[in-house]
Amino acid sequence: MNAQKSNKIKMKLQKSSVGIAGAGGLGSNVAVSLARAGIGRLVIVDFDSVEENNLTRQYYFRDQIGMIKVEALKQTIHRIDNSVNVDIFNYKLMKNTMDEPFHNVDVIVEALDSSDIKTMFIEEVMQKLPNVPVVGCSGVAGYGHSDRIITKKLGKLYMVYDEKAKDCNDDMLIAPRVILMANWQANIVFELILGEDK
Amino acid sequence: MIIVNGKNVDFVENETISGLLKRMKYVFPNVVVKINGELVKRTDFLGTIVPDKSEVSVIHMISGG
Repeated sequence: MNAQKSNKIKMKLQKSSVGIAGAGGLGSNVAVSLARAGIGRLVIVDFDSVEENNLTRQYYFRDQIGMIKVEALKQTIHRIDNSVNVDIFNYKLMKNTMDEPFHNVDVIVEALDSSDIKTMFIEEVMQKLPNVPVVGCSGVAGYGHSDRIITKKLGKLYMVYDEKAKDCNDDMLIAPRVILMANWQANIVFELILGEDK
Repeated sequence: MIIVNGKNVDFVENETISGLLKRMKYVFPNVVVKINGELVKRTDFLGTIVPDKSEVSVIHMISGG
């Protein structure tokens, strides 16, 4: 790629900001991927702390067990690139105020856990911030069946989706599929920011 | 005729979204529904009639993240 084009992309990414709701298996991997790729600002919201059983799929380390997830994630991102602006909010997203942390971002990533909260988040954010694209994910549990995953587009909602996957209460959450789908989300974010790669 | 997730489905007069989901055997508790591009909230499923020739998209939200 020529230097001029590459510089233009770098500038565009640096000026871009992405909101991430949830810093578990999806959110932590999306955040690290976007930071490595040069996104200028990340807004990350999560209420949880790092637990040992998170390490099977979430982007945390043994020495971060017990830490607040968003703080641990910010630390990790800055070990990769300390020029990324990382705004963190350590609280649980609640009905009627779910949009609040995400008013000044270009794209929102839904990386929440329970189907109930996922649905509530998508409904509320798409209603209150109708011009901001939302990249969600549904059907992350299990392993294999990569070919069942699709991107389902509904207006400004982009769902990384496997409709045949089981609920995570009935199937395991494990690195290969979780990280695959997280990076599928990150890849859609890139496409939304830069336009289709032609 | 209406289209649900890309498939042709018979139109039923005065059918609500809840009725359509039941007819399609979409049993997941949490779904995101769009009719002709408009997102419909879950609280409106019982009161929203699906018009003829609608294009309906239904996404199951499955826990895990």
